[in-house]
Amino acid sequence: MLRFIVRRLLLLIPVLWGLSVALFLWVRALPGSPAQALLGERATPEKIRQIEIALGLDQPLYVQYWRFLEKALRFDFGTSIQSSRPVVEEMGRRFPATIELGVTALLIAVLIGIPVGYFAARRHGTWLDQLSVSASLVGITIPVFFLAYMLRYVFANQLGWLPNTGRQEARMLDVEHPTGFYVLDAIVTGNGPALSDALLHLVLPAVTLATIPLAIIARITRAAVLDVLNEDYVRTAEAKGLTARTITRRHVLRNAMLPVSTTIGLQFGLLMSGAILTETAFAFEGVGKFVAQAIPSRDYATLQGFILVIAALFVLINLLVDISYGLIDPRVRVR
Amino acid sequence: MTVEITRPDAPDAFVAVRDLRVHFPTEDGLVRSVDGLSFRLDRGRTLGIVGESGSGKSVTSLAVLGLHNRRTARISGEIWLDGEELVAAPPERVRALRGKKMAMIFQDPLSSMHPYYTVGAQIVEAYRIHNDVSRKVARKHAIEMLGRVGIPQPARRVDDYPHQFSGGMRQRAMIAMALSCDPELLIADEPTTALDVTVQAQILDLIRDLQRDFDTAVIVITHDLGVVAELADDVLVMYAGRAVEYGGADDLFERPEHPYAWGLLGSMPRLDREPAERLLPIRGTPPSLINVPPGCAFHPRCAYCELTGGLSTTEVPPLTETAGGHLVACHLAPEKRREIWENDVRPTLESR
Ligand SMILES: Nc1ncnc2c1ncn2[C@@H]1O[C@H](COP(=O)(O)OP(=O)(O)OP(=O)(O)O)[C@@H](O)[C@H]1O
Ligand code: SF4
Ligand SMILES: [Mg+2]
Repeated sequence: MLRFIVRRLLLLIPVLWGLSVALFLWVRALPGSPAQALLGERATPEKIRQIEIALGLDQPLYVQYWRFLEKALRFDFGTSIQSSRPVVEEMGRRFPATIELGVTALLIAVLIGIPVGYFAARRHGTWLDQLSVSASLVGITIPVFFLAYMLRYVFANQLGWLPNTGRQEARMLDVEHPTGFYVLDAIVTGNGPALSDALLHLVLPAVTLATIPLAIIARITRAAVLDVLNEDYVRTAEAKGLTARTITRRHVLRNAMLPVSTTIGLQFGLLMSGAILTETAFAFEGVGKFVAQAIPSRDYATLQGFILVIAALFVLINLLVDISYGLIDPRVRVR
Repeated sequence: MTVEITRPDAPDAFVAVRDLRVHFPTEDGLVRSVDGLSFRLDRGRTLGIVGESGSGKSVTSLAVLGLHNRRTARISGEIWLDGEELVAAPPERVRALRGKKMAMIFQDPLSSMHPYYTVGAQIVEAYRIHNDVSRKVARKHAIEMLGRVGIPQPARRVDDYPHQFSGGMRQRAMIAMALSCDPELLIADEPTTALDVTVQAQILDLIRDLQRDFDTAVIVITHDLGVVAELADDVLVMYAGRAVEYGGADDLFERPEHPYAWGLLGSMPRLDREPAERLLPIRGTPPSLINVPPGCAFHPRCAYCELTGGLSTTEVPPLTETAGGHLVACHLAPEKRREIWENDVRPTLESR
């Protein structure tokens, strides 16, 4: 197991290196340049030249790449020209926001999706099953932006139950944020009002972001449970005289979790692209929104740094999924 | 809550099945998998149920254990186990009997054991459902059972997963699991089909020995008459969900009277012959259970159909006694059947 993990982590090196080259070339292939984006109307050839020298963009590509790589290895991704702050500092502010949002969304998706899928399978062929199948289809196809504005309109504008946008109310501005995870910060500092404020701000974005993964997880769970219920070993468990509840808990769900955990691993990419839309729709200051803005501003440093870190996370999460296989299925462990 | 059912018509046999019907409504029509089956079995005895694929053998055994989905299967008739009727009993009551009073061994031990739990854990689980003991005690019992069914080094193998066992050992482990609560009725559904010939013989020996030790009533389900010859005291021949011949093993092997039973005997593999010569297959294929042929369900395949003056195609032959305890469902007169067997069928079988 340990060797497997080490091998997979070592594999991360060539993957990230290849990705860094591709990313580096891709951002430079975007039409326009950072200087132009920065200066906009005021751009003159001299000013552009000045800025390019300041940013080192006048150097040959391989020199630029070497400088980037050298710094990246020390976890320094340069300065964001959007915010004039070091990219790493922006990461420290924004990754917690997105992780908080993503984890909440994933929790919603898992905690609702798995039971829904399970009960649909158990009531296979009944109207409840059909309802869940059609509802999940709607969940998968509904556009994120549309859903976001609908939810804001109903729950924030009309009913006024939940905040409209952002991560916290203006009156919470002086609240301390040691980690950047607002919910965690409020718990650590024992600040009740800040906690409820942070949670309330999470509800609508998290529900929006959770919709597609929830629908997919419900479908996968349903299919997986239907498969497992037909397995001979479930019949054996019944023949032993186990109660239906124990059979579900010990013999069905554990097996059905294998395809579900694969899906959750694969959802990470979906979650990130969903986060861009969701964060933009709710003015939620996270990774997605920042990266989305980095493209029009030709913010090379931000794009390179953030996307590399996201890719590394993606690989690590899928490594966790593979490890979970071994934990779930002994036949995988032996190999 | 235990519902004690004492009915005046309770049978004196340990197991008695009366007019069992298991039907499945499907989109294509009603599947009559078992259609009016009756048999009985005493403690310490073995009943062999034989028939081609799809004749309703497994559906029968699942019905006895109460393993059919009550939403998709329509079950009627009576199943008596030690004076208690199971078809009408509450599901919870039948569940409590499963694994304890009656247990089952399935055909394919690899797919029938849970791949994620050790063999020991699965036996422990079976034991602890019905016995209020600690994990440690149950584990000791599991090791003992594994030793008893002939697994070498049981204390070590108890922590192996099913995929680490060979096919024969897996079937032994299944048997250990089924016998862990000392059941009084054991149903073995094709217990040796997935195994190679030498291992088959070992498993059959094992079942016979264990039956002697535990005084269990055994139902062995198979399409292999060799297995029946090896184990059974009584034999029930099934065709299209019904019994066509039922009697002692001697009756069936020495004096079979139903044309379908003759066919089965003819298709019995003979180890002393070349594979190509061994089989004398029954012509045609098993009938659809949705549109069962009228009259005798076997008539489209029966060589003697014409001899009954059209009765075979119009009326279902009842299962009637031909000699002491030997029952046959065929319109041919008993004398006629015996004559065909002695003069026609038996010489052909023996001359093969
Ligand atoms: N749940 C079900 N729904 C519909 N039809 C079923 C169901 N279970 C069994 N059947 C049908 O009942 C018939 C008898 O099946 P059964 O499994 O008892 O055959 P078998 O005698 O055990 O055959 P084999 O030797 O192949 O195991 C088959 O035609 C099968 O398709
Ligand atoms: S009843 Fe007729 S068709 Fe059926 S087995 Fe007897 S002779 Fe053959
Ligand atoms: Mg079968």
